[in-house]
Amino acid sequence: MPSMTMVQAIQDALRVALREDPRVVVLGEDVGKNGGVFRVTEGLQAEFGAERVADTPLAENGIVGGAIGMALYGLKPVAEIQFVDFIYPAFDQIVSELAKMRWRSAGQYGCPVVVRAPYGGGIKGGLYHSQSPEAYFCHTAGLTVVIPSTPADAKGLLLSALEGEDPVIFLEPKRLYRTTKEEVPEGRHRVPIARARTARAGTHCTVLAYGAMVPVSVEAAGTAEARGWSIEVIDLRTLVPLDVETVLASVRKTGRVVIVHEAPRTCGYGAELAALIAEQALTSLQAPVLRVTGYDTPFPYTLEHAYLPDAGRIVRALEHAMSY
Amino acid sequence: MRSLLQSLDLEGRPVGPVPEIPAEDERRLFRHMLRMRLLDQRMLSLQRQGRIGFYGTATGEEAAVTGSAYAARPTDWVFPALRQMGVSLWRGTSIRDIVCQLIGNRGDVLIGRQMPCHFSDRNVHTVAWSSVIGTQLVHAMGAAWAARLSRHDTVCLGYLGDGASSSADFHAAANFAGVFQLPVVFFCQNNQWAISVPLEGQTASESIAVKAMAYGFPGVRVDGNDLLAVVGASREAIDRARAGGGPTLIEAVTFRMGGHSSSDDPTRYRPQEQVAEWERRDPITRFRAYLTAAGRLTDQDVEHWTQELNDEVSVAVAEAEALGPPPIESLFADVYHTMPRHLEEQMRYAIAMGEGAKVEGAFPL
Repeated sequence: MPSMTMVQAIQDALRVALREDPRVVVLGEDVGKNGGVFRVTEGLQAEFGAERVADTPLAENGIVGGAIGMALYGLKPVAEIQFVDFIYPAFDQIVSELAKMRWRSAGQYGCPVVVRAPYGGGIKGGLYHSQSPEAYFCHTAGLTVVIPSTPADAKGLLLSALEGEDPVIFLEPKRLYRTTKEEVPEGRHRVPIARARTARAGTHCTVLAYGAMVPVSVEAAGTAEARGWSIEVIDLRTLVPLDVETVLASVRKTGRVVIVHEAPRTCGYGAELAALIAEQALTSLQAPVLRVTGYDTPFPYTLEHAYLPDAGRIVRALEHAMSY
Repeated sequence: MRSLLQSLDLEGRPVGPVPEIPAEDERRLFRHMLRMRLLDQRMLSLQRQGRIGFYGTATGEEAAVTGSAYAARPTDWVFPALRQMGVSLWRGTSIRDIVCQLIGNRGDVLIGRQMPCHFSDRNVHTVAWSSVIGTQLVHAMGAAWAARLSRHDTVCLGYLGDGASSSADFHAAANFAGVFQLPVVFFCQNNQWAISVPLEGQTASESIAVKAMAYGFPGVRVDGNDLLAVVGASREAIDRARAGGGPTLIEAVTFRMGGHSSSDDPTRYRPQEQVAEWERRDPITRFRAYLTAAGRLTDQDVEHWTQELNDEVSVAVAEAEALGPPPIESLFADVYHTMPRHLEEQMRYAIAMGEGAKVEGAFPL
């Protein structure tokens, strides 16, 4: 099995899909000759041609709206938004059109578009290259929201997304694009949508995280181990539909929960998790449900590491949870 | 670019190139415009009686709708907006299907999910649209792109009004279509008013058609109340797109004789003299005069068809009104291809809760 970074693994998934399914096309800004600003699509245009790996004009509503038209007609487009911070010109197309096409046509028209976008901070990208807007998409019926945290998952989840019949918002933690390598199965490797992964098993407290916050949470769990605490880290992988069973089973086992995301706190995805746990697992809880998140501020340039949850902040939350 | 393509003058006399249309098709085209007009009258009346919730007429715009629909092949794809139900009808959707959609009953193809007039019918390649203005144009562009990638000779028609020419999606669609030279025709029914805002409040361009020049493809301005001119302009654009010649923007200059919809009162914002002026240019009257002068249509034909079409609508209304609302579980289907567990749970809950209180009142726009 080859060892790959997340960038390589995503590229591999796209290559497999382009090779095996003639309906797959890739479109976006600079995805062709330049191979994308993060080089995710490097070499794909040379291999599959400029028709199937297309550089578009610079308009996100055109990219996503065009992809919708392609999907309606029977193709499987992968639309790349260069940074998720630039997705808002396409927000209307995603929320009003893409998400609702199947429902509003009563199943006459499906819209299997995969919208890929790097998200999150930690690369000194400043306000408009660092944000985590996943909650907006989770709030929209009809969308599937996927965020991988490892190279193998990134490949397997992307291929599963492309095999599905529905639109998927596929957010890639750019901070993890090149930080680690791992063995990634060759060919049509699949990781199922809507299935969480236990990143680290434990019994005293559950940490719920996704994307770039998974390795940070695992690091925090390692630190906590020195204090004799056994921390379970669940990598959600898919936010909608959520793997409710895995989340609740872990919470019922440990009785304590810390939720970690780098998006702002208020109405972030953690709020949904906390409400779910309160509704369905309250009697298992031994401590308040805690959140470690980005602040309710715009994303900073110089102070980004103060903004982003780190292992230290997570350990402080674990201390608090364990004090009950 | 203010020139206007015309085939007929206001009295129906040929003044420009007349496209070749078989005589039987001419009669069908006239009957179809009449069908649209009568359906609109009856449906607006049903709305006033509270039997349907909302309606937007195409009255005055029948030639633009019918002529462009006629010029397309049945295999071409249509991305409609509010006033193009007539395209679906031309392509074979039944009046009964339309009325069921207007009521939103269990016989509705869309099972009551959309407001009236937001119709789509996959059988005739008309795509589902939202109330957000202009958004369908990028879909038309993308589908045309896909058709070319698939090596099909499908042409996509994206309809818009004058208001949508201001939208970001119009710009993106036209720009992409120009860059990639896609087989798409943008058909603008410039009916002079976007609810209460007149054309000059929408653009400082000398026309809508002229905008095409900036995107690198032809724009044409045609008398939208002249059926033959619309057929001619649409044919030329569609044939060019099919032959690989790229997109066209057609501006069909017409007029919205009624309100934007059943929810507004146009006397609040536009002068009655303008409406009277456009009454003289009525597309049905004009084409009728042309066909009558050519000896291809009689008053008896019109009388007979009027009766026949009114009967057709009456039967459809009676059948549609006999059908109940869609079942509550239909709310939860089609959000996703396969229903996820959280929706299954919400569906079970909703069924247990029943339909709840009946909501009184009307859509407030």
